[in-house]
Amino acid sequence: MLRGQPATLLLGLTMIGVWLVTAALAPWLAPADPAAIALDAMEQRPSMEHLLGTDNYGRDMLSRVLHGGRHVLAIAPAATLLGLLLGSVVGIAAAYAGGWMDELIMRLLDAIMAFPVVVLALLALTALGPSTLNVILVIGLVFAPLIARTARAAALVEARREYVQAARLRGESVGYILLREILPNIRGPLAVEGTIRLGYAVFTSATLGFLGLGIQPPAPDWGVMVSENRSLLIHAPWTVLAPAAAIAFVVIAFSLVADGLRERDEA
Amino acid sequence: MTAVLRYERVHISYRHRGRGIPAVRDASLSLAPGEALGLVGESGCGKTTLALSALGYLPANARLDGGRILIAGEDLATLNPEALRRLRGRRVAAVYQHPESALNPSLTVGEQIAECYRLHLGQGRAQARVSAVGMLDQVQIPDPAGLLNRYPYQLSGGMQQRVVIAMALVADPALLILDEPTTSLDTTVQAEILELFARLRRSFRSAMLFITHDLGVVRQLCDRIAVMYAGEIVESGPAAQVLAQPAHPYSAALADCIPDLTTDKRNARLATIPGSPPPPGAAQHGCHFASRCPVAEARCEAAPVPLTRLDAGRYSRCLFPQRTAAPGGNRRPPGPLPTVMDHCALTVKDLCVDYGGTRILRDVSLFVRGAETLALVGESGSGKTTLARAITGLAAPAAGSIHLARHRLPNRLARRDRNTLRALQLVFQSPDATLNPSHRIDALLARAVRVLAGTGRSAARTRTQELLRDVMLDPEVARRRPGQISGGQRQRIAIARAFAGRPEVVVLDEPTSALDVSVQAAITNLLLDLQAQSGSAYLFISHDLAVVRYLADRVAVLYLGEIVEEGPVTRVFGGPNHPYTRALVAALPTATGAGAGAGTATLHGSNPGPAARPPGCAFHTRCRLAMEHCRTLRPPVREPSAGHHIHCHLEIPSLPRADG
Repeated sequence: MLRGQPATLLLGLTMIGVWLVTAALAPWLAPADPAAIALDAMEQRPSMEHLLGTDNYGRDMLSRVLHGGRHVLAIAPAATLLGLLLGSVVGIAAAYAGGWMDELIMRLLDAIMAFPVVVLALLALTALGPSTLNVILVIGLVFAPLIARTARAAALVEARREYVQAARLRGESVGYILLREILPNIRGPLAVEGTIRLGYAVFTSATLGFLGLGIQPPAPDWGVMVSENRSLLIHAPWTVLAPAAAIAFVVIAFSLVADGLRERDEA
Repeated sequence: MTAVLRYERVHISYRHRGRGIPAVRDASLSLAPGEALGLVGESGCGKTTLALSALGYLPANARLDGGRILIAGEDLATLNPEALRRLRGRRVAAVYQHPESALNPSLTVGEQIAECYRLHLGQGRAQARVSAVGMLDQVQIPDPAGLLNRYPYQLSGGMQQRVVIAMALVADPALLILDEPTTSLDTTVQAEILELFARLRRSFRSAMLFITHDLGVVRQLCDRIAVMYAGEIVESGPAAQVLAQPAHPYSAALADCIPDLTTDKRNARLATIPGSPPPPGAAQHGCHFASRCPVAEARCEAAPVPLTRLDAGRYSRCLFPQRTAAPGGNRRPPGPLPTVMDHCALTVKDLCVDYGGTRILRDVSLFVRGAETLALVGESGSGKTTLARAITGLAAPAAGSIHLARHRLPNRLARRDRNTLRALQLVFQSPDATLNPSHRIDALLARAVRVLAGTGRSAARTRTQELLRDVMLDPEVARRRPGQISGGQRQRIAIARAFAGRPEVVVLDEPTSALDVSVQAAITNLLLDLQAQSGSAYLFISHDLAVVRYLADRVAVLYLGEIVEEGPVTRVFGGPNHPYTRALVAALPTATGAGAGAGTATLHGSNPGPAARPPGCAFHTRCRLAMEHCRTLRPPVREPSAGHHIHCHLEIPSLPRADG
């Protein structure tokens, strides 16, 4: 089954596998309690005792990074799924409606997208207050217009096809045509888009954590860790590099999977 | 004399997932200087692969596994890339099916032709321009100097193809490869281009390798013919001999699939070839055609069949060439035909349809009786498909009425009731897009039955099985998805879907145009059987007059969105005719060559398109018989015989006829 698959896809999936396993097994893999403060072991360099060193409260960085993977695991897929649901329905509907409806919907989405994602998320989270659920809602909502564009572009091609006209000639409802006729045929581009968004969701949730609007300290969140330790960047760089590398690892993994899926679609 | 092109036992395969799939097997063929050879076969038989290999132009995953390809005695495999590049364009040139993709859209026609002169003949800018004008004149483009500054998109398809041909002829190449050069063009334009090739053969010395699926084209233009099947050349010889007395059962069957001017549904059933070609790469020991052959024996599949010489210049890859049926011998007596009813199943009155501010259809009126077939013919852009869409409700008319039996239909699809949707169905042209690729065949048929016939799930299952039987498909097909079955099978499913609710009227929009000729014949036969069984009325839209003549009871001819002639099929093909109909009928190339001869009834200029519809009689700008008042007055309706109507200013005795 794996033979003949693009190398990028296999590598990306392996990396995601590593992340999932370590995140799931974090309580058993982690050498220490991620929240245990040890004032006698502050800002220690990586050593055999603390493989990734410790932060300014003497907490073991390896344990914190491993546990931090669990938060992202909860947020990124849920947020992406929400974005996919909203975005694909809106995008397909716009493509199928065509004419001024399509114009109206797409220009509204353009207006939303004119704001940087983080600014929108900041605005919404300041109003709603930071919580895991709100982070998921906000990321899902700001991703929806981006996904809607992809869904619309793919659905525009399909909506003109004769099988859709045949469905209209049978008198099928709009809902049936959108969800049963068109949606199954744009699964490929949506899967690629969803995977790219998953990577971005990891990144965005880390950014929100960094800005203090996501998971609240002392919970071990990668973004929060980068933020907390940024003043230590010069004399204890491992405290920032470890969570930053973890973010990069997951984001790159998803990009690789997205590239691999696209390659496979084109082959 | 050295052959211009010589294939010596050529084997070509494509690599796919690490496996070699043979596309051409053991092909030997040679072309003498100035000779025209027609390479004929259905899609996937390897004809394009074989022809492109003569240019050294194969896709990256193709490989020459054996044999030699010689151009004027030089082995292509021994040439370095630079020598190969010099060869193309100067000694070998090609013209492909789609002129619009062969021309650079951002350069003027003049720049593109002049570039060929500079590159191939080393001419200076000024001289190249002068040469370009001369060449455009050779390919019979009116006002060649004016054309130099136009861009390809400003030209019609036929004009674009002339420009491509002009570019190919620049260096007076020894070999011209023509890959279906007229297939994407309208019949009248096709006839003009074929005539141009015939003329060019006299003024240029080029040999022509003409790749086509159309035996009529071969008869008109080629000295010799080579028929390919499943990657092999199965028969070759002088064109007239091969067509008159085929020596391979496949060539005979292929010719009989195409209706000619002497067959129609009342006197013969088109030949079909049972089964389907072997999938590429299928392991087969003996003759590849054996499983579909009417005269095959066990011996045929036992060992490879070599291409054997029968006569001077005649070869066949058949163990029993003498058993091959004579032309027409694969046809069968006609099946039962339904009796045409007196009532009108569909009536369209004064229908007008606009699109983007342009009137596409103007005052179209027609009717189809119960169990009758009305064919609607016309060039591309005449509004045929728009009419199909308006009748079925996919496009809203600006004026006019549509009646199904006595019941007036609302214009908008959303306002039509269930019974109307059931009773009036449409079959689309493209078998690739007509079925949802994500749905299984049984699911999509059952859905159509449930929605159109309003039955429950279990009744729908039974009816689905029945429909599959009606369109003569194996019940096993039901579990597949559209991507897993052939184009012909997909079109059968599309027809079955339209028949799900036992419709009274079926609009068929070019249902066979995208299919291979043998599949076309099978679908045509199927449509006849279904009509005999159901009594449905057909509105059959086509640009293929041979099929129309075979299948139709009555014919309506559309030009620029107006009906110019309408009447019984024998009258429309026999005359007297509208000048436009006459040109269409005369343009019909036929495999038997009887009758038709283009040139006597050609058209002036090109189709102006609906946006620039000429006043008066819309046809006057292209009519050789136009008079002064044709420019200003809409033509009256002439009725040379009962039920035959011609919209023309000419009096009945002056109207053109088949012999005139």
